[in-house]
Amino acid sequence: MKVRAPEAPKSFPALVLLAFAVLWMALVILLPLVNVLAEAFKQGVQPYLSSIVQPDALSAIRLTLLVAGIAVPLNAVFGIAAAWCFTRFDFPLKGLLLSILDLPFTISPVISGIVWVLLFGAHGWFGAFLQAHDIKIIYALPGLVIATILVTLPFVARELIPLMQDQGTDEEVAAVTLGASGWDVFFRVTLPNIKWALTYGVLLCTARAMGEFGAVSVVSGHIRGLTNTLPLHIEVLYNEYDSVGAFAAATLLAGLALVTLVLKSLLEWRFADELAAHRRH
Amino acid sequence: MSLVVNNITKCFSDFAALNDVSFQAEPGEFLALLGPSGSGKTTLLRLLAGLDQPDTGTVEFDGADYLKLSARDRRIGMVFQSYALFRHMTVAQNIAFGLNVRPAKDRPSKAEIAATVQRLLKLIQLEDLGKRYPSQLSGGQRQRVALARALAISPRILLLDEPFGALDALVRKDLRRWLRKIHDETGVTTIFVTHDQEEALDLADRVVVLKDGKIEQIGKPLELYRHPQSAFVFEFLGTSNEVPATVTDGVASFDGFTAPAVSPKALSGAQTVRFRPFDAQLSPTGPGFEAKVLSLLPAGSSLRLELQTPDGKVFETQHAHESEASDLKLGDTVFVRPSKVYVF
Repeated sequence: MKVRAPEAPKSFPALVLLAFAVLWMALVILLPLVNVLAEAFKQGVQPYLSSIVQPDALSAIRLTLLVAGIAVPLNAVFGIAAAWCFTRFDFPLKGLLLSILDLPFTISPVISGIVWVLLFGAHGWFGAFLQAHDIKIIYALPGLVIATILVTLPFVARELIPLMQDQGTDEEVAAVTLGASGWDVFFRVTLPNIKWALTYGVLLCTARAMGEFGAVSVVSGHIRGLTNTLPLHIEVLYNEYDSVGAFAAATLLAGLALVTLVLKSLLEWRFADELAAHRRH
Repeated sequence: MSLVVNNITKCFSDFAALNDVSFQAEPGEFLALLGPSGSGKTTLLRLLAGLDQPDTGTVEFDGADYLKLSARDRRIGMVFQSYALFRHMTVAQNIAFGLNVRPAKDRPSKAEIAATVQRLLKLIQLEDLGKRYPSQLSGGQRQRVALARALAISPRILLLDEPFGALDALVRKDLRRWLRKIHDETGVTTIFVTHDQEEALDLADRVVVLKDGKIEQIGKPLELYRHPQSAFVFEFLGTSNEVPATVTDGVASFDGFTAPAVSPKALSGAQTVRFRPFDAQLSPTGPGFEAKVLSLLPAGSSLRLELQTPDGKVFETQHAHESEASDLKLGDTVFVRPSKVYVF
């Protein structure tokens, strides 16, 4: 399908609209980004670097990567499994389950954190049991991971479901009649067909997992050097009026976001043909 | 090595998609499953491929119970209506797929697989397109690749679901001849599903006519055409005109003339009889059914007429260009006399 190339705006209203869009974007996206950089380097490069390499900051970076490193693969596996179920089988309450899958999108992240405290906290349902067995979930790594998983649960599945719905089961059925085992069908047919959507979903999921604040804030306990992820670390520094430290850490998060964006754009640009071919087919 | 299908019944909730279906495909036979949509022909194909299980009945191939085998183990080559080519694989990779996924002990060597792919590419006349992707092929080319992919596993039976459904008329006719040629060369028992009676009669050794999940008739194309067993088969195979008549001993009597009557059973008395467009004579005077010429269309090698009787009934008749019909004009009154009728 050929799409008519948009033309340059000529009429007055079109120009006004364009100017408004550009100004607005500059105001709400570009300005804060520039501000982050300006504040971070306000006292020069040296203070910037030293606030990044201080032990608490490094530990926050490590923890953020660790949490994302656990949460994202689990959500990728869940996403594939869920998309497979939703697009390959019919079962009762499917519509309801699909809506529930979207809950993390619509619910406030604070609630996604609090539910875990209510379940696993000292006074929660399983609090006594966990204490008796000396298992720490809240105010520890497991809590951070499950809170992050809940918040980022739908990202991969939501990328895959429309694509797999669109592609249908014909190719998989054909593979079976040609003698392929379930394993072969998945790795030779299903997975290659969804690989770019999967990569895309994983990227979005990663970005969200590393930037998550609300849910993580509730279960973290803010123990410096131990349970502070990068976003929480920034908040602590900011509250202590260490603006250079806060903004330096913020540049890291913003940097991660930019890297994600670049990768996403590269993916879209490099495989535009293939993605389009998929849709045409 | 014949395929024997016995008393197959398959219901979806309370709708019987197949109702006591039995037939047999002889080794090397080219069989058509013909029927309108909803007649159960695709359901039957899926059962044979092992993609669905029947509620009752048996499917045997060469004496072995096929229903016990999974789709994976049946070694039935299936060509899907949508072709279902693997979109991320090249044409050559598509064809090699069925060999590549064999367990290591049964898998041919890389060189053997490459040789098979080359042989099949040659067979489907796409030798130069092995490196293309399915999205870079035309509909007819995809169809041929799908066939080669199914043939690569040396199938015991080849199943084709509406093989020409998605192609335009010209390509369709071409591929039809070609498919028949491939079948004759490979000798593999082939069953194909179609709703196009012309395709079935033109291509198949035998045709199984299905209606509402039941077999209406099984027979060679000419048999079906000359001795249809039911009004459904007669009407499904071509245009039909209906008139009332009195039938006795294989003769239909009309007001002032008679015509031979073909019937699967001995019928007599007042009946509705049917005749084909080319089994009709026209004359300017009676006896016959009076009708006005509604339209005159040259349909290829013959002339097609639509005639309307005073009570509003429309006949369709067909005549040679050089015949009594060629001088007729719109609005002329003629008398139609069926020269051969069918009674059910």
